[in-house]
Amino acid sequence: MTIITTPKTAPPKEVEKDASMVKQKEMMAAHYDRLTSAPLTGEKVASTFVPGNLNELIMCFGLVNNLPEVNAIQNGLRRQSGAYVLEAEKIGHSEDVCTYVKSDIGMMAKGNIAPNGRQFPNPDVLLLSYTGCFTFMKWFELLREQYKCETIMLHTPYMGDGKVTRNMIEYMVKQLKEEVIPKLERISGVKFDIDRLREYLKKSAAAENDLVRVLQSAKNKPSPIDAYFGGIYYIGPIFGAFRGTDDAIEYYNFLRAEVEERLAAGKGPVTPDGDMGKERYRLVVEGPPNYTHFRQFWKMFYDEGAVIVASSYTKVGGVYDFGFRHDPDKPLETLAEYCLGVYTNRSLPMRIDMLANYVQDYDADGLLINSIKSCNSFSAGQLLIMREVEKRTGKPAAFVESDLVDPRYFSAANIKNRLESYFQMIEQKRAGARAAA
Amino acid sequence: MKTFVGVDLGSTTTKAVLLDENCEVIGRGITNSRSNYATAVRVASQEARVDGQFTLFRRAFNDASRSVDLEGFLGDLERAFRLEQFLEQLDDLERTCLGLVKGERFVGVESGIKEALREVFRRLRDDAVDLYAPGAKRKSDFFRDIAGSRYHIHAEAVARDAKVPYDLLINVYDKSIIEVENRPPAGELSEKFRRALGRIPISESSVESRADLQKLIENALGVELEETYLVGTGYGRVTLPFSKEHIRSEILCHGLGAHMMYPKTRTVLDIGGQDTKGIQVDPNGIVENFQMNDRCAAGCGRYLGYIADEMNMGLHELGPLAMKSDRPARINSTCTVFAGAELRDRLSLGEKREDILAGLHRAIILRAISIISRSGGVTNEFTFTGGVAKNEAAVRELKKLIKENYGEVTININPESIYTGALGAAEFARRAHSGQGDGSEA
Amino acid sequence: MATSLNGHGCADTVARAQALFEDLTFAAAREWKAKASERKVVGYMPIYVPREIIHAAGFLPLGILGGGDQLEVIHGDAYYQSYICRIPRSTIELGVSGRLDFVDGMLFPSICDVIRNLSGMWKTMFPNVYVRYFDVPQNYRDDIGGNYYINELAELRHDLEGLRGKPITDDELRHSITVYNENRRLVRELYALRARSPWQVSAPEAYLVLRAGLVLPVEEHSQMIREYLAAATKEERPRRDNCRIVLTGVFCEQPPLNLIRSLELAGCYVVDDDLLLITRWLTADVPTEGDPLQNLALAFLHQSESTAAKYEPNLKEKGQHLVRAVHRSGAEGVIFACPSFCDPALLERPMLQHVLKDAEIPYIAFKYAENSGQMQPIREQAGTFSDSIKLWSGR
Repeated sequence: MTIITTPKTAPPKEVEKDASMVKQKEMMAAHYDRLTSAPLTGEKVASTFVPGNLNELIMCFGLVNNLPEVNAIQNGLRRQSGAYVLEAEKIGHSEDVCTYVKSDIGMMAKGNIAPNGRQFPNPDVLLLSYTGCFTFMKWFELLREQYKCETIMLHTPYMGDGKVTRNMIEYMVKQLKEEVIPKLERISGVKFDIDRLREYLKKSAAAENDLVRVLQSAKNKPSPIDAYFGGIYYIGPIFGAFRGTDDAIEYYNFLRAEVEERLAAGKGPVTPDGDMGKERYRLVVEGPPNYTHFRQFWKMFYDEGAVIVASSYTKVGGVYDFGFRHDPDKPLETLAEYCLGVYTNRSLPMRIDMLANYVQDYDADGLLINSIKSCNSFSAGQLLIMREVEKRTGKPAAFVESDLVDPRYFSAANIKNRLESYFQMIEQKRAGARAAA
Repeated sequence: MKTFVGVDLGSTTTKAVLLDENCEVIGRGITNSRSNYATAVRVASQEARVDGQFTLFRRAFNDASRSVDLEGFLGDLERAFRLEQFLEQLDDLERTCLGLVKGERFVGVESGIKEALREVFRRLRDDAVDLYAPGAKRKSDFFRDIAGSRYHIHAEAVARDAKVPYDLLINVYDKSIIEVENRPPAGELSEKFRRALGRIPISESSVESRADLQKLIENALGVELEETYLVGTGYGRVTLPFSKEHIRSEILCHGLGAHMMYPKTRTVLDIGGQDTKGIQVDPNGIVENFQMNDRCAAGCGRYLGYIADEMNMGLHELGPLAMKSDRPARINSTCTVFAGAELRDRLSLGEKREDILAGLHRAIILRAISIISRSGGVTNEFTFTGGVAKNEAAVRELKKLIKENYGEVTININPESIYTGALGAAEFARRAHSGQGDGSEA
Repeated sequence: MATSLNGHGCADTVARAQALFEDLTFAAAREWKAKASERKVVGYMPIYVPREIIHAAGFLPLGILGGGDQLEVIHGDAYYQSYICRIPRSTIELGVSGRLDFVDGMLFPSICDVIRNLSGMWKTMFPNVYVRYFDVPQNYRDDIGGNYYINELAELRHDLEGLRGKPITDDELRHSITVYNENRRLVRELYALRARSPWQVSAPEAYLVLRAGLVLPVEEHSQMIREYLAAATKEERPRRDNCRIVLTGVFCEQPPLNLIRSLELAGCYVVDDDLLLITRWLTADVPTEGDPLQNLALAFLHQSESTAAKYEPNLKEKGQHLVRAVHRSGAEGVIFACPSFCDPALLERPMLQHVLKDAEIPYIAFKYAENSGQMQPIREQAGTFSDSIKLWSGR
């Protein structure tokens, strides 16, 4: 008689923290401290977006960079976003719209408390980097209404034809020269020094080099990194308020060394439960992760020996693995190119190309799409992307659905069911291929 | 003989299928799902084994080419067997009920209640024979349903006559039934069959003597239905009561099951009570693509449940009434929450019930077609499974929509489609054992 | 019955417009194209494209607004999850069902991420069709956004010249501007008449007449509006005791005609709206002398409507266009009708509502889909709103 068993839950393991993790934690803590101390220190605060995050430029004016998306992510990871979203809906925001926005607005309504328990300062300026997402425009219009502060529009044209044109670069450079920089000068009281910008850009490029090495390490078997869940941590410094700083260079130095060490030892990625066991599935993932159930979601993968070798979300704040680096020799043009190239500003055909190439280049078993209910920029068109990538690579794709930071839209049973079916589908294909061989 | 067992733990029912080494279905079993998953699995498996036993009986008789009224005899045997099972569980229920008559609640009335209980169960046992008489109609085959309704009737009468509190009798029953239901089935199957055999009167027209019949049955019983490998599946259970290598996703089981029933099938649509699946399979029954609606009631069987409630009709009456329409109303809101409102709105505007119903059936099928579209469209042949597949109005709409949008496609509907998942699981079990390897590593 | 210049009464014109509206095969546009081989058709989605440039090439600009409530979406659902609005899926349905097989090009304006991504999808699905994502500037300085936009217009002109096989001259462009100026003037006149006497120009009728402008050659459409205006001013139509409202949020996925009808039946005259914004996006005549592309660009920057998809650089100005619309049309309240899942409409709504509150203008809000079937809840809401306005305004 077949044994019917009840699965045991494993005891939590003691996981050692790597140097890069420690460094990142310090950087984040210090940054939130700096932000929340701004009213006392007199530092001025600029809010902007991750796609099109002109951190180097913001630093030129001594402004502290506040990123509401990152704050929303922090709220999600700490399971506070649910209450914030509800609060925003109570105030009159629709159930259908972006939950980052609602989490931000709800947080503001409930005291505007940062992860360190202190209050966020009112921003002195909203740098509306209108890049890759329509909702950004409305988000900062809403914040402007609330804070009554100055707002600077920087319009990044969409790469509808799959390429950057001179018209686009000129438009952006002109905006930077004649709108963004003069306004930031006035608000900060600091004169713009283009050489200072060049310095920061040089440092960005250095960090970017190491980041790309880290991302590309996943081409190995086994992959020493998880390029999606693990990747969220890896992109933090480069996408956030640290690109262009020495801290970021140091972080990516540490990270690269750690990854190379894992590679040399033939180890798989580090997970919250320690080292992952045998690598059984290699996946490319499209779409943002869910943050409210981040660990639980991640566990569904590493428990099955599934590692993500490449993802599109880790390019949302900048695409560096196709050769682009911030270039100090053409400081304003390079800022424009950076903005134009972020993942969500790329046309659908470009996204299909990227994902299909990732599947081939990283020797993945297939593409998994995590479709986010409240994010139209990513989600509209994903079903077509899925079918096109399947066609081009001949490998199976799968589709799960959740949300960014609204916990009501994460159903563990649904997702696990689909994931398990997908893993088994891959197994069957392998078995079929073996039998045919 | 070697058998391979597939078990599908659904939200309402648990199904089991037995396959032999030649991929033939030996037996099917079904029971209501319950809180103790392991028991549900055992009961369903046993039911399948019972069914399997009858298959063996049939084979034995066919081999021996007796000229006896086979079906009549087997029918008698099955009823007698079911009666044995029922009586056994009744005994268990009685013992459990009696055992719970203690404590503060029953102070002063203990002996009265016990006496009443014994009377109720005596009446139940008397009833039982009629319940399983030839031609007797039962609303359900599940012990809980049969025992429950009869218990309430008898308890009311007995309580009145014996002048004991009726609610105490019910209280004791409510506590006991769950316990009894979740106890794994006891007793040897073969013994039950023998007792059952003893109940069957030999008709005068029968040519064979009792002894010969007994011998055949004994021989068949002698063939052990070995449970060589078991694979379980089921949805929404965070932990199924099996170790990992004995679990397959229900989507894969469903796809493979459909393939087993219809080897040429490429697209499978399953509209269950609470979710809808669109599955594409390759020529070997391997799933290539799937999409699910597992969050929204629209497009699932539940949708029809709401409609039935709104219209104060039985679920099984919806289809026939809808079939009377030749002008389905164009229902635009597919949301279940608004289905009722839309229904009332139209009724008040004077639209005919059958037209509205036909429109609502079309709405549910439209939602299902959306899922199919997303999973890769419709490729010949198309298999439709799930409870809704038994609804003729739904099937009519489906056929129309498929013809309009995908042309001439063979549409397969099997009345036994509720076993699709379990069938696929059983096949996975067989493949795993024969080392065909479905790729799942231990 | 009153008749106009050519003897067409209101009813005739409206019937013709309705036939055009209901025809999802676009027979009229197909016939137009078939008459001459140089003719081509360029489709466009909301909110705005410079139709003049298309017209100057000798092509027909064809407004595509999805399939409405008469189109069942079967294949289109394969492309979109359930939490995305309906207009892109019914547009795809039109595409894959062959109803747009005569369309040579498609323009997708920068209105939201769904339509933006649809441009890429269309390129992938219909590689033989000319597809352009039409971006507009969010910077309104002549030398920055203006320059960018002029170059965008030049690119569009260049692409259409490629389709045409010969250049589009500045004179042709100036002529097209003249023709469209006239059309926009007539549209404004229609809106003005309706605002003055909404019982003469019912909302559903106005809608149908305007909507015909998306499928007819502009010259024919202008004639249609003239006929309708002449007939409408002559007809005696009963006045209702309705309140007057501005309808907003309906700039992309269209409400079913029944919804517009229901508002009126429930007691609300629609005296202004943002339906079919393209018909009057440019609010004044575009100069017909000088560089036509520059004129179009400047008109876009400084004399165009406001909508959610357009950035408002001045906080004090935000939402004021709606307040002005209310005052200009003599409205008493605003109805926010937003398509489900519509980011522009739904994200904008709270800000507009705050502005209305400050201006003491009452409003209600609900959501719809282009195939909404249940009008009862809408009638109730609109009816209650109308009653409350009449009650509290002391009429």
